[in-house]
Amino acid sequence: MSNLSYVRTDMLPEQAPPAGQSGIALWLRTNLFSGWVNSVVTVVVLVLLYKVLADILPWFWNGIWVGDSLTECRAIRDERGLESAACFSVIRERWSQLLFGFYPKHLYWRAILALVLLFVAISPILFDRVPRKLFMFTAVYPFLLVFLIWGGSIWGPLMAMAGFGVGYLAYKVIATQNALLGLIAAFILPVIWWIFIAGPLAGAIHSVVPIGWEAVESKFISGFMISVIIGVSGIALSLPLGIVLALGRQSDMFIVRVMCIGFIEFVRGVPLITLLFVAQLLLNYFLPKGTNFDIIVRVMIMVTLFSAAYMAETIRGGLAALPRGQYEAGDSLGLNYWQAQQLIIMPQALKISIPSIVGIFIGLFKDTTLVAFISISDILAFTNLIRANTAWNGIYWELFIFVAFVFWICCFSMSRYSMYLERKLQTDHH
Amino acid sequence: MTTTTDPQTDSFHLSQLLYDSRYRSMTIQVVALIGFVSLVAWLVSNTIVNLEALGKNFSFGFLGQRSGYDINQRLISYSSDSNHFTAAAVGLLNTLLVAFLGCILATVIGVTAGVLRLSRNWITAKIMTVYIESFRNIPVLLWILAFNAVMTEGFPSPRDFKGDNATASMLFNDSVAVTNRGIFAPLPIWENGYQIVVIVFLLSIAAIWAFGRYAKKRQELTGDILPVFWIKLAILVLPVLIAYFVLGRPIGLEYPELKGFGFKGGLNIRRSLIVLWLALSFYTGAFIAENVRAGILAISKGQSEAAHALGINPKNTMSLVVLPQALRVIIPPLISQYLNLTKNSSLAIAVGYMDVRSTLGGITLNQTGRELECMLLLMGIYLLISLAISGAMNVYNKSTQLAER
Repeated sequence: MSNLSYVRTDMLPEQAPPAGQSGIALWLRTNLFSGWVNSVVTVVVLVLLYKVLADILPWFWNGIWVGDSLTECRAIRDERGLESAACFSVIRERWSQLLFGFYPKHLYWRAILALVLLFVAISPILFDRVPRKLFMFTAVYPFLLVFLIWGGSIWGPLMAMAGFGVGYLAYKVIATQNALLGLIAAFILPVIWWIFIAGPLAGAIHSVVPIGWEAVESKFISGFMISVIIGVSGIALSLPLGIVLALGRQSDMFIVRVMCIGFIEFVRGVPLITLLFVAQLLLNYFLPKGTNFDIIVRVMIMVTLFSAAYMAETIRGGLAALPRGQYEAGDSLGLNYWQAQQLIIMPQALKISIPSIVGIFIGLFKDTTLVAFISISDILAFTNLIRANTAWNGIYWELFIFVAFVFWICCFSMSRYSMYLERKLQTDHH
Repeated sequence: MTTTTDPQTDSFHLSQLLYDSRYRSMTIQVVALIGFVSLVAWLVSNTIVNLEALGKNFSFGFLGQRSGYDINQRLISYSSDSNHFTAAAVGLLNTLLVAFLGCILATVIGVTAGVLRLSRNWITAKIMTVYIESFRNIPVLLWILAFNAVMTEGFPSPRDFKGDNATASMLFNDSVAVTNRGIFAPLPIWENGYQIVVIVFLLSIAAIWAFGRYAKKRQELTGDILPVFWIKLAILVLPVLIAYFVLGRPIGLEYPELKGFGFKGGLNIRRSLIVLWLALSFYTGAFIAENVRAGILAISKGQSEAAHALGINPKNTMSLVVLPQALRVIIPPLISQYLNLTKNSSLAIAVGYMDVRSTLGGITLNQTGRELECMLLLMGIYLLISLAISGAMNVYNKSTQLAER
């Protein structure tokens, strides 16, 4: 038995790849210099990029954060011997105004708390891992938001919330006698409650048991805050309304279909700004004399209606993309219309249209800046107000950059979330 | 869609209206109709009552009255003595002008950015990503204000062009001045004989169209591909140039000149138009770029591989195989981007551009106090524009759609 073997038993150590075939050299060659055209483009682009950045970056990095006016800023800049420098002191001094507007300073904590609780409230919607019980909090949140932002008596929001309880009770009690009557009562009684009873009752209870805190009028709610409030409520309300409109447009019932098509095409055909002007100028004509409800609520309604029409079209696209077999499968399982929609059609249609739905959300959020035209001081209006001050006269870019940054963060995170959601819900294995 | 069979009953109960699927949809529709009609009636009666209380009536007679305000940019003749109707028409034309220019530039920017984002050159692709993401995630109103600030702050004012030690100078051999009030450029003057040049121009456009058809037919018959682009360019340019010089240059140019505090004469493109045009184009271009990218990515790799396998060169692969298919995906969202751009042009108010919203829905509304009539007209106009654009594009869409069997 010889111990001779003709085959190597241990592996040779791996050799490093030849130079230029790995690491940064390879990456550079494939991505930047893969041919002479590509190389020329790279060089030209780099030169242009350098020219632009050479102007902007020093301006940005040399940014001055101290001083109380533009002249002071310029004096500091000259003192330091800088050629150009941003004057970020305006942001240091006015950031709270840009974000909270005219909201009373000592109540900022309420607005911040409302924002933090907003994230708590939407967390069970956004992420699966969050305990489901949090949905209870989500349901309560809208009333909490009103109480935190507008303040005043706690009984108002509580009574408004009680309206849902009234509807539920009415259904429970009456539906045992007659299901149809119960359903009608569950819709009508809360409306009666909200219109006629809730207000006086809240006032009466408040005069006996005054629980509440400082109230803030709507005209003080401004700055970026108003964009968030209108944006969030518009997003929350336009999705369900959009689904209803999309279903109505696909409906077999002629009159319902015509009404939905008419609404959708009308709203999609006019700019949002005209709808906002309607809210500002014309609503007084359309409503009974003496009705005067909050301009913020009017804007919320208009923004919601506006994006609901776009939402409806998007969801209709999702519905159209579903193969016919899905509808037929629902029918053959003996599901009725609503069951089929809820269990089979909608989950798939909504999944298909997630990117466009989030696109509409982003559009809605950006469109909240248009309220500046109907004399609501949002963050963009505040850039003008700050510039109207003699101390900051002539300052543009620092303010614009701040506003752009704030919006960019919000919108970009929304679009990233939609990508995450798409990946999570992906069920095909390509 | 319900296919349940209901038992045939001779007697009719009221509850059947809701529980019997034969009648239920009828019931719902009737209830919806009644609800809708009563809502409309309620709104109309409120309006009538409110109008009466204010002592106003509902009439469009104010359109014939003297407007009494000036509009700084007008495509048709208008003065403060013209009536409100003419003012609205001037505004409408301004809206259409900026929308038309915007759609063209946005398409150019969008297609370029969309294609370049897929470029194999890393740095170009990244720059396009930065452009697209920043424009898509920041409100258009902010972009309009920012472009406005660039124009007002970044360019010299007309008086900088004056005097011996002028700090600014005109471009292109003293013919174009870019100022913070707008661009002043030469204006063509039509002299005797210009009609012939125009006719030649129109004829060469017709010839291009005819040649395009011929070339396509020839390609389908023989497989030969003519250098279509160069021939078309030659047909477009050469006859017009020949006619122009043969007729002794019948189209002259009027140059802008410094007079008083600013430039006089020539063509004045106002700052508001430029700002609105550029801001809307770059904003919408970012959205179009994403549509274009999605369209190109939607064409499966097999298509271009098949074209290569057939020996079609890369350029023709793009123009004959990939692009015609990608267009089918791109065009429907492109239509809605055009609509968005047109509707966003109502933000002209931010830079003082006199579009239909600023004339009819702005000054006219404030002067006459006819909110209801003005807003109704304004919405009607926007609706018509939207319907016209989507109608026209749908026709085009139909012609490019896949012929399904």
